[in-house]
Amino acid sequence: MIYDLLAAPFADYTFMRRALVACLALAIGCGPIGVFLVLRRMSLMGDALAHAVLPGAAIGFVVGGLSLPALSLGGFAAGLAVALFAGLIARVTRLREDASLAGTYLIALAAGVLIVVSQGSYVDLVHILFGTILAVDDGALLLVAGISTVTVFGLAVLYRALVIECFDPGFLRAVGASGSLVHLGFLVLAVLNLVAGFQALGTLLSLGLLLLPAAAAMFWAVALPRLILLSAAFGAVAGYVGLLASYHADLPSGPAIVLAAGAIYLVSLAAGRHGSLRARYMPRLHMAS
Amino acid sequence: MKPSTVRLLAAHPPAMKLPVIRLQDVTVSHDRRPAVHHLSGAFEAGSMTAIVGPNGAGKTTLLRAIMGLQSAEGSLAVEGARRGDLAYLPQQSELDRQFPLTVYDLVLMGHWPRAGAFRSITRPQRASACEALSAVGLEGLEDRPVGTLSAGQLQRAMFARVLVQDARVLLLDEPFNAIDMRTTANLLDIVVRWHRERRTVLCVLHDLELVRAHFPRTLLIACEPVAWGPTAEALTPANLLRARAMAERWSEDGEHRARRA
Repeated sequence: MIYDLLAAPFADYTFMRRALVACLALAIGCGPIGVFLVLRRMSLMGDALAHAVLPGAAIGFVVGGLSLPALSLGGFAAGLAVALFAGLIARVTRLREDASLAGTYLIALAAGVLIVVSQGSYVDLVHILFGTILAVDDGALLLVAGISTVTVFGLAVLYRALVIECFDPGFLRAVGASGSLVHLGFLVLAVLNLVAGFQALGTLLSLGLLLLPAAAAMFWAVALPRLILLSAAFGAVAGYVGLLASYHADLPSGPAIVLAAGAIYLVSLAAGRHGSLRARYMPRLHMAS
Repeated sequence: MKPSTVRLLAAHPPAMKLPVIRLQDVTVSHDRRPAVHHLSGAFEAGSMTAIVGPNGAGKTTLLRAIMGLQSAEGSLAVEGARRGDLAYLPQQSELDRQFPLTVYDLVLMGHWPRAGAFRSITRPQRASACEALSAVGLEGLEDRPVGTLSAGQLQRAMFARVLVQDARVLLLDEPFNAIDMRTTANLLDIVVRWHRERRTVLCVLHDLELVRAHFPRTLLIACEPVAWGPTAEALTPANLLRARAMAERWSEDGEHRARRA
């Protein structure tokens, strides 16, 4: 019975196994990136970037159809271009970064929807917007796993400089390191993970596995290494639970996974050890635990 | 931010020559308005100078320009020093205190000039971080996140980072602002010790009593230099009055401009 509920779907169906592996790989990459997004107060920027991936994917779709490399490459280029363009506007005009980013990504999003609909169909649009993790093939799996690998190594390279840049950006510049280069490296990793996520969850929800596990981790840990591990673990659990729910209740997989991550987030928000509602309104209970 | 125009002249091996900061007609702008202008003079090797002036007088801007964090017009040269020879202690408002960094990791940042982004931290480097922490009276707090420290404790930790950097030129931006008296006394001892060790110290300060008691030289600025020399000669009532009058003039200008806009 328990076996049927928790393990059988993965034992019986190849597509479920692939989806699970993709989710776990996603969680490993997205966990740490999400933590830095939250700590750098870039959560909303992540949202804008996720939407900005769409027109690139759309152009990739026009050129290469529903092919993975075309969609991914297009999405990656568009996401990075929007981030850099918005940064440039904020630097040389009077508009601040949030407004310039919102302006840029709205244009990109609308253009993307128009391109897909005019060249394809609403069915294709739904695929791109909401993802198709249950149709993950070998190519997609390799891509997601590859991005996770690059993320872990990239973050290892950037880690020391990134931590310093977050805490005291002036120090990094004073000792002669380039804070903008560190920021750019981090942006590249963030967009890569959004592209990986959009295979599985679609452009609209790809931020879900980045942000929700990281935000949930904030309520349980203080030290950075622990935050990162916890965030990845929450992402993995959300992927597993979301896939099971999607299988048993016949739900679309993307929203089910993001809702599972959302449930972890809400529980953490209510009952976490640090700065949660419980810690604030029931401090005695908090002390006793 | 544009790349710095500060020249770090290390033509001679650093051990041979003590660093001198030389300014010739320097103007530093902030948001396209000059924050410091037409400043000429030198911070001699081994000197200890207080930088004093009204709010908005360009004190922080000047330190940042010397560090190369802000571009300057004119000639601003740190002679006989490499980048790693300069250490900068920013105001606490420049730091993200919510970031989950431990006190120990904060102090280890001071090894960046030698360890850079990739090299591992050696055992002697770890030992020197621990020594620095006990020198500022923070032993036992190594694993505390910086967000849980009081302002005074955080400033002690920042001083420990500067100690670890072991730099020959020290630029301190309001190091005793909002810090309790005991901490101020402890940290001031460290600053005085740096001076005795022939390091060059530049320190932005507000407390004139403290300046008169401990700083041999003073630069009084109000966007432009008002006085620069031995503290007793720089901090005369007439000079202070002049600096205040200049500050009042810009704040009236500012209000006037704001009303028109």
